[in-house]
Amino acid sequence: MELTHLWGILFISLHAMVPITLAAIGETIEESAGLFNIGLEGILLFGALAGALGAQASGSALVGLLTGMGVGALIGLVFGTISTSLRGSQLISGVGINLLALGFVALMLSVMGAPGFHSVAREVQVPLIPLGVGNLSPLVPITVAVAIGVWWLLRRTQLGIWIRAVGENPAAADVAGIRVNRVRLGAAVAAGVLAGLAGAYLSIDWFGAVTKEITAGRGFIALAIVVFSGLNPLLALLGGFIFGFFDGLATWVATYPGIKDIIPWQFVAMMPYVVTLAVVAGMIGRVRFPSALGVPYLRE
Amino acid sequence: MSSPSSWIRNLTPITESLLAGVVGLVIGAFIMLAFGYNPLAAYRSLFVGSVGSVYSWAELFANATPLILTALTFAIAMRGGLFNIGAEGQLYMGALAAVSVSLLHLPAPFNWIVAILAAMVAGMIWSLPVALLKLGRGVHEVISTIMFNWIAHFFAFYLIANVLTDPQRGERTIAVSESARLTRVFPDATLSSGLFISLVTVGVIFFLLWRTSTGFEIRSVGYNPHASHYAGISIRKQVLRVFLIGGAIAGLAGAIVVMGRPPYYAVLSGLPQLVNLGFDGIGVAMIGRNHPIGIVFAAIFFGGLMTGGRIMQFDPGVPFELVRVIQGVIILALAIPELRRLFFLARERLAGRK
Repeated sequence: MELTHLWGILFISLHAMVPITLAAIGETIEESAGLFNIGLEGILLFGALAGALGAQASGSALVGLLTGMGVGALIGLVFGTISTSLRGSQLISGVGINLLALGFVALMLSVMGAPGFHSVAREVQVPLIPLGVGNLSPLVPITVAVAIGVWWLLRRTQLGIWIRAVGENPAAADVAGIRVNRVRLGAAVAAGVLAGLAGAYLSIDWFGAVTKEITAGRGFIALAIVVFSGLNPLLALLGGFIFGFFDGLATWVATYPGIKDIIPWQFVAMMPYVVTLAVVAGMIGRVRFPSALGVPYLRE
Repeated sequence: MSSPSSWIRNLTPITESLLAGVVGLVIGAFIMLAFGYNPLAAYRSLFVGSVGSVYSWAELFANATPLILTALTFAIAMRGGLFNIGAEGQLYMGALAAVSVSLLHLPAPFNWIVAILAAMVAGMIWSLPVALLKLGRGVHEVISTIMFNWIAHFFAFYLIANVLTDPQRGERTIAVSESARLTRVFPDATLSSGLFISLVTVGVIFFLLWRTSTGFEIRSVGYNPHASHYAGISIRKQVLRVFLIGGAIAGLAGAIVVMGRPPYYAVLSGLPQLVNLGFDGIGVAMIGRNHPIGIVFAAIFFGGLMTGGRIMQFDPGVPFELVRVIQGVIILALAIPELRRLFFLARERLAGRK
């Protein structure tokens, strides 16, 4: 195998790492605070559409990314409100967000013309950094920075202690003067921002298009990575890279002559999902989650 | 705090579902207005298109048939305290197993029974690893079922393109043999006797959950796993039961679609007739409050939305996807237990202002 192929696989892996890791880090913040959001997939999808529309309306990729983050924040706010002050079911509202995203994005795609597909002009896509051996998206270093930053936030700051306190023992946190629902709502919005950014990255950076299937289960893979990481953003980055590698390998193998004749592409496409299962199955047991995860806090 | 009168409290689950349905339709109307459609014309078309004629009723029930089953898969798991969203993949496996039975060329009376049993076994086989991963390794079923759905998706693509391919038509599988097809209830409508199989399954699950000790154990673990454990009920056994029964029902749903829906009686490339039936079943189960009887009514509602949605697409031209938006809003509204209280509070405020 030539060296260029190795570089190719590395770059695809890094690019595949970005959306899964960003969404997983957002979910890490949220789960640390005690909220379990299975609507990540839907937020990614909303973010993908919003990113594309924002970039096209403004002519700027940066505005596109910000639009994705804004819409993600809005969905996070809806989820957070239902899960805190409205005392709703987190699992049911997560399913609702996924369904709503699927419907709304498909509706927008059919209203905008070609049903099911909307391509984003190259001029408004995120410009790549030329590195000689390949072009790298600026979102790759940003993702690494976000992982380090959130690790620092959760483990080394007062806010991080608050977030973990409301996830671990909301009643005690309440007595200590922490506004439980407000911290949880903030965590849900932060998670929405990161998942929205991940979605916008899919449409205006990595794929350059919006489709109904663009997220392809990445929101759920991100949930699996959160399990793998044990709520440590740095391990989430590592997990994201491992899954990104298999995602990238699948893309690469599917197009590499010689291999694609031996292994049918469908089996290659299954790889990221099989690896997710295997890794999660191998990791459980040594991971401990916040005691109050998924439980709405009601003041007695 | 204002409290609604007591007779309403007794009807809580039903009022909550109805209220969520109203919220979904109202928000759907606002979205149509925002996109420049006439919601009244759209809803009239949706209503007439779903319940306006015998033919539309037949289509409605044809659409509701598999949803009843995939909703049962989700509901029985919820009754046991598990969040099984794996019906989607199990349904694909069931449909393909039913098709593959026609390769055996069995005589008529056995053909359809073997096909249905094969589909149920296929659904169980696809569900078993989810239960084993949960029991052996503590893997949460939300993650494992979604991963198995995607693996099923690509495995189904492989089987359609390489193993069960129709020799004349590469874009679909071989058809279910004629003797194994389910009887059509009306000559021109797609409704088949699969509806009766679904309704019988509803009865069986109702009986199982509330009239047998197995059902008692499942519900008991769902209600309070700790108490059940100390009462000597094996939680591990219930996990296995719930996933195997659920897998069998989802597999059955796949078989009924492929054996009962004209014109091809085959699985098409890209799985257009199967995709989302498993996920829609989750919504149906939630609206039906995970109760077999509630599920039948919720499936009729979803079946109506799907049937009428197709008509609405032609006249007045509102995209079918709007139906999915409405479904999503309904589920979000259902997640809010306070919705009913907010509703009555708002009504009192409005009444007070007059």
